[in-house]
Amino acid sequence: MAMERSYPAVLADRYAELAPTLAHHSVGWLNRLREESAARYRSAGLPTPRVEAWRFTNLKDLVATDFALAQALPPVALDSLPRSSLLAVNGHVLAFVNGKLRADLSTLDDLPAGVTLLPLSEALRREEGILSAHLGRVVETVENPFIDLNTALMEDGIVLSLAEGAVLDKPLHIVSIGVSTQGGDKPVAFFPRLLAVLGKNARATIFESHAGIGDGAYLSAMLSEIRLEEGAHLEHYQLQNEGRAAFHIANAYAQLAAGAVYDHFALQIGSRLSRNEVHAALLGEGARCHMNGAYLGLDKQHLDSTTFIDHAVPGCSSREVYKGVLDGQAHGVFQGKILVRRDAQQTDGHQLNRALLLSRGAEVNAKPELEIYADDVKCSHGATVGELDETQLFYLQARGIDRDSARALLIEAYVQEALDEIGNAEARLPFQRLVGGWLKSRKD
Amino acid sequence: MSLIEIKNLHATVDGNAILKGIDLTIEPGEVHAIMGPNGSGKSTLSYVIAGREGYEVTEGDILFDGKSILEMETDERAIAGIFLAFQYPVEIPGVANTTFLKAAVNARRKAAGEAEVDAMQFLKLLREKTKLLGVTDEMLKRAVNVGFSGGEKKRNEILQMAVLEPRFAVLDETDSGLDIDALRIVADGVNALRGPERSMLVITHYQRLLDYIVPDKVHVLAKGRIVASGGKELAQELESTGYAGYADTEAA
Repeated sequence: MAMERSYPAVLADRYAELAPTLAHHSVGWLNRLREESAARYRSAGLPTPRVEAWRFTNLKDLVATDFALAQALPPVALDSLPRSSLLAVNGHVLAFVNGKLRADLSTLDDLPAGVTLLPLSEALRREEGILSAHLGRVVETVENPFIDLNTALMEDGIVLSLAEGAVLDKPLHIVSIGVSTQGGDKPVAFFPRLLAVLGKNARATIFESHAGIGDGAYLSAMLSEIRLEEGAHLEHYQLQNEGRAAFHIANAYAQLAAGAVYDHFALQIGSRLSRNEVHAALLGEGARCHMNGAYLGLDKQHLDSTTFIDHAVPGCSSREVYKGVLDGQAHGVFQGKILVRRDAQQTDGHQLNRALLLSRGAEVNAKPELEIYADDVKCSHGATVGELDETQLFYLQARGIDRDSARALLIEAYVQEALDEIGNAEARLPFQRLVGGWLKSRKD
Repeated sequence: MSLIEIKNLHATVDGNAILKGIDLTIEPGEVHAIMGPNGSGKSTLSYVIAGREGYEVTEGDILFDGKSILEMETDERAIAGIFLAFQYPVEIPGVANTTFLKAAVNARRKAAGEAEVDAMQFLKLLREKTKLLGVTDEMLKRAVNVGFSGGEKKRNEILQMAVLEPRFAVLDETDSGLDIDALRIVADGVNALRGPERSMLVITHYQRLLDYIVPDKVHVLAKGRIVASGGKELAQELESTGYAGYADTEAA
């Protein structure tokens, strides 16, 4: 039986009904943007595995869930969320619960000159100019129903704008907490939005912690738009540690002008089904991109890391290292596309994806994809899938280390190699703690 | 009581009989050497003593302190005081040598009901042991055996032995791949660990190593059996006659 190329558009039928209740519906240009997005989303629907880019990640369970937009804040105490489930970062904090800003959990200290950092809801009141100039621009020509879904239904988010040469003094920590509904209420869906615009030679660091409270379903579907002007440098670190019945579909799109640097790392350990997409378009000569990540899966988790690096002009470089550890019946997906366009001579692009399977039921699909149209380039990619090395285990055991500890030591070393790709040691540490916690919670 | 008693030991690997009835008794403080041609079962014996998976004992027993170790896991044997210096030390990317040594020390302390070793104390202990073996701080920081030369790997094995202070150490072809200077350093390290309570089994193809680590007894292993035993002069004898005389000694 042939499968259609699209599933029905979740929540689309309720857009009209929900639109008036969305925050900021009174802003005209935004309303038009939302309506166009909603219409596109409604007709496109969500992709089935018949669509090549979604071959390994099936959204059928997400489509079968009857979501509602998050309404009033749920009566769950936030202190039931262990601090250890978030990245431990000192900086400016913008916290959201089910997509809604929690001012009481947020701290925006005095900001340096040239830095605008606001919740999206407030930016609409105070800095509408930044929004109308940039919102939706980075993803304008991209076809991805989750972009449209986010634009149609986003309620709040983060706006970070740096003037030429400005430096964000401390990291920005975006905390998104999903609280699953109880009783007969429908699972909630929320759509945080990040807009980050860094002017010439500006510098900033962004951490994201996505975590969950409760063991029910919810959908967290963030969209990030990132614009880096000449020589700008953004470090962007993501932790996906959603509740274990949650769906997490996140998309980040970055555009780099000449000499800009985008340093990215994503760790995925939570959710029942996730897809973390990161796209970087290298649009100016000498732009550099590090796109790294790790995914650690247990039980029946499905963790998808999909990346796309577009070398559009000469003399850019990209380096990508992804490592996965899969236990139980977990399913990992790595899709890494590197496009080197005809003009992009002297491109330097490297990609490595490795996965470690700890059990017979675990599975990984790896799809490296190098599409090269220029002839003077240095590009490589490698992919390996393997198990723990018995010889190494024996060596450790021969020194008195029991088998479980020896396995843990080898797994940790394996993940460490991915963490080592984080150039900034201070940023590496919080991820190391999360990985350490994951290793401890894992049972052999 | 003898420290090690190997009795009528038969073992198979992948269904092939390799050890065919080995009897060997080692007293506390003694150093025995096992010599033999390639394929005689030397390394198999070392792996069987360490309890490596896939090395199956089909008959006989190995007693350590009078108790059988055959039912013990590899790590339990190590904690009991048995050490194997590997012929081919294993590389472990991502695990720093110091981390590895500390994990091994702490595994022992945990088994003894002691608290984990203090980091500063441990470094002090390491420094003492590394001096003799010429193991540099840089080697301690690097991942276990990764990028080590042949000599560095073997020195690292002896360093582990020095830190873990086993009561019975099996040195599996510790001389292989070493030039004469490296061999001397390793032998000095081993000799420094000799003592009335510590026994060793030195497995080697060549007599050369035994000029430096002088054994109390020498055994010749051929086709899975010990076919001759004697004092250290037996090793010198073998050096001039070779193993040819032992090639056909297998009993039917």
